[in-house]
Amino acid sequence: MDFWVNLISAAILAGIPLLYGTVGEILNEKAGHLNLGVEGMMAMGACAGFMAGFYTNNAIVAIIAAFLAGALGAAIYALLTVTFKADQNVTGLTLTIFGLGLSNFFGEYMLTNSGSSSLKLPTEITAELNSVSIPVLSDIPVVGKILFSQSPFVYLGVLIAVLVFIYLRHTKMGLNLRTIGENPAAADALGINVTAMKYINVIIGGGICGIGGAYCSIIYCGGVWMANSVNGLGWIAVALVIFASWSPLRAIGGSLVFGAFSVLKYYVPKDVITIPNAIFDMLPFLITALVLVISSIRQSKENAQPASCGTNYFREDR
Amino acid sequence: MTAAKKIKEPLIRIAKRTELTKRQTMLLRFGSVALALVAGGLFILAIGTNPFEAYATIISGAFRSAMAVQGTVKICIPLLISALGITLAFKMKFWNIGAEGQIIMGAIFASYFALFHSDLPHWLLLLIMFLAGSIGGGLWGLIPAFFKAKFGTNETLFTLMLNYIALDIIIFLRDGPWADPESGGFPKIARFDKNAQLDQVFGVHSGWIAAVIIAVFVFVYLKFTKSGYEISVVSESHATARYAGMNPKKIMLKTMFISGAICGIGGMVQATGSDMTLATSVAGGVGFTAIIVAWLAKLNPFGIMVVSFLFAVLEKGSSVLQSSFGLSSYCSDVLQGIILFFVLACEFFIRYKFVVRKNSKEVAE
Repeated sequence: MDFWVNLISAAILAGIPLLYGTVGEILNEKAGHLNLGVEGMMAMGACAGFMAGFYTNNAIVAIIAAFLAGALGAAIYALLTVTFKADQNVTGLTLTIFGLGLSNFFGEYMLTNSGSSSLKLPTEITAELNSVSIPVLSDIPVVGKILFSQSPFVYLGVLIAVLVFIYLRHTKMGLNLRTIGENPAAADALGINVTAMKYINVIIGGGICGIGGAYCSIIYCGGVWMANSVNGLGWIAVALVIFASWSPLRAIGGSLVFGAFSVLKYYVPKDVITIPNAIFDMLPFLITALVLVISSIRQSKENAQPASCGTNYFREDR
Repeated sequence: MTAAKKIKEPLIRIAKRTELTKRQTMLLRFGSVALALVAGGLFILAIGTNPFEAYATIISGAFRSAMAVQGTVKICIPLLISALGITLAFKMKFWNIGAEGQIIMGAIFASYFALFHSDLPHWLLLLIMFLAGSIGGGLWGLIPAFFKAKFGTNETLFTLMLNYIALDIIIFLRDGPWADPESGGFPKIARFDKNAQLDQVFGVHSGWIAAVIIAVFVFVYLKFTKSGYEISVVSESHATARYAGMNPKKIMLKTMFISGAICGIGGMVQATGSDMTLATSVAGGVGFTAIIVAWLAKLNPFGIMVVSFLFAVLEKGSSVLQSSFGLSSYCSDVLQGIILFFVLACEFFIRYKFVVRKNSKEVAE
C-alpha cells in the first residue's frame, strides 16, 4: 500500500508542471493559436518565480511574478501572430529559444552577482510551497497523504484547470472563444471582438504556463537554481493537450499519468527486472508519439483540435 | 433600410500593400535586423553593460585570432548543414522540428563504425561513416513522414518527440553497450581512434567542405531538378500535385529522407570532426537554431550560408562576453530570439500596411 501511495504522490509531484503547461496551451489552442513556445514561457516563469522568491521571500509574489513572466512571453507571441500575422510555428519556436535563453541568462547573472557558488531560496519559502498539510483531513490514511498534504501548486493547478473548464464550457465568453477557435470569420461576423479575445486568452494561457515553470525551479529543483529546470516538460505539455483532447479536466488525469511515467524508474524493483534509466526517460516521449499516431488514426470529430488552429485570422483576406 | 449609413471606420486598419521592389524589401529586412540590434543593445544596457563594448567584444571575440576564426567556422558547420536539411522540409511546408534528433541519429550511426570498425582504411571508413550518418538521419526523418503520409499525424509534435527519444538513445548507449571501460565510472563513450577522425583542411575539420557542397546541392536540387519542382507544387496544394500526376505522399517521404539525411551528415561531421566522440551534446540545440537560420534566410541556401556564419559569430563572440563582462553566453540565444522577433514582425510590413482613419465617410448599403 505504501508503495502505491508513494508512487502516486511522486506522480503528482512530477505531473503538476505538465498540468499548468497543458491548461495554458489549451487556452492558446482554443483561441486558434498553436503556441509552440510553452517551453519558453515556462522557462521565463521559472526564472521570474525563482528571482521573486529569492529577493522577496514571499511565495505569493513568486507565483504572481511567474505568471507575469509567462504572460509577457505570450504577449510577444500574441503581438506577432495576432497583429502581425507571423507564422505560428516559427514564432512559437523562437519564443522557446528566447525564453530559455533569457531564463538561463538571468539565472547565471544572478549567480555571478551573488558571489556564491549556488543560489538557494530561503528555506521558509520552499517549506511554504512544498507541502501544506490540511489539518484533520491529512490524517486520513492513504487518501490524506495523496489528497490533503500536497504543495499549494497542486491545489492551485487543479483549481485553475477546473476554472478553465467551467470558463470554456459554461460561460458565454468561453463559447465565444471556442467559436473563434473553430471559425474566426464566423465569430467576427457575430460581432465578437476576435483580436481582443485572442490576446486575452493567449496571454492568460501563457501566464498559467509561467506558474508551471515556477514549480520546476522552486519545488522540482529543491529551491536551488539550476539552468534548464523545465527540461522539455513544456514540449510534453504541448503533446499532452492532444492526449487530453483539449479538455482541462482530462488534462488533470493526463498529467498524472505522464507524471507517473517519468518517476516510474524509481519504483520498479531493481531485483525483478533491470531496465536502463534511459529507456524509462524515453517513455513519456514514446507514449506521446504513440498518442499522436493513435489520435490521428481515430480522427474523432468531437475531440479534435480547434479547426482554425495554426492559421492566423486576417479579416481582409476573406 | 436603403438609406446610406454612416459606418464608423476603425481608427487603424490593415491594408494590403502594393508589391514592394526587391530593394525596398531588402531595406526593410536589414532595417528590422538593425532595430533588433538596438533592442538587444537596450537589453544589454539595462543589465548595466555598455552595449557598444559588448557588441565590439562579440565581433572581436569571433575574429581576434586565427584560432578564434577557426572556432567560429567550427560552430558554423553543423548549423549550416542542418539549416540546409531543414530547408528541404520547410519548402514542402513539412514542419520538421526534428533536426535535433536527426543530427543525433546520424551521429550514432556514424559512431558505430568509428568505434567498432576503426581498422578499416581511412578513406573507406570516412565514406562509410558519411553514408551511415546520412542513413541514420534519413531514417529518423522518414518515420514522421511515414505517419504523416499514412494517417495525417501532426509532424511538428511527432518530430519533436523523436528528438528526445534520440537523445535518450545516446544516453542508453553511453550508460550501457557503448560505455567507455577506461573512463573509471565516468559516463562517457570512448574517444574515436585517430583513423576515424575527419582530416583538417585550413585548420578546420573538413566538414566545411561537405557543408559547402551540400549548400550547392540543395540550391540545385530545389531550383533545377524535377524533384525540386515537385516540392514546390506539393507545398502549395496536394490536390494540384495529384492532378498533375504526382504522388504527394511519395514526394513527402523522399524529401523527408533527404532532409533528415542532410541533418544526419551534420551529426556525423560534428561527432567525428569536432567532438571526436559521441557526446550527448552532439546536437546541443543546433537543430532548433537551424530553424531560425533557415527562416531568416528565407530558405535560400546561400542566404543560409551567410546567416549561419553570422549566428556562429554571435555564439562564438558571446562566449567571450562571459570572460570579459561576466555575462552568460546564453546572451546569444536572447539576441537570436530578439532578431527573429523583429524580422517576423517585419515580414508583416512587407505585405501589409497600417492605414490610419482620415474621416468617417458615407458608405452606401
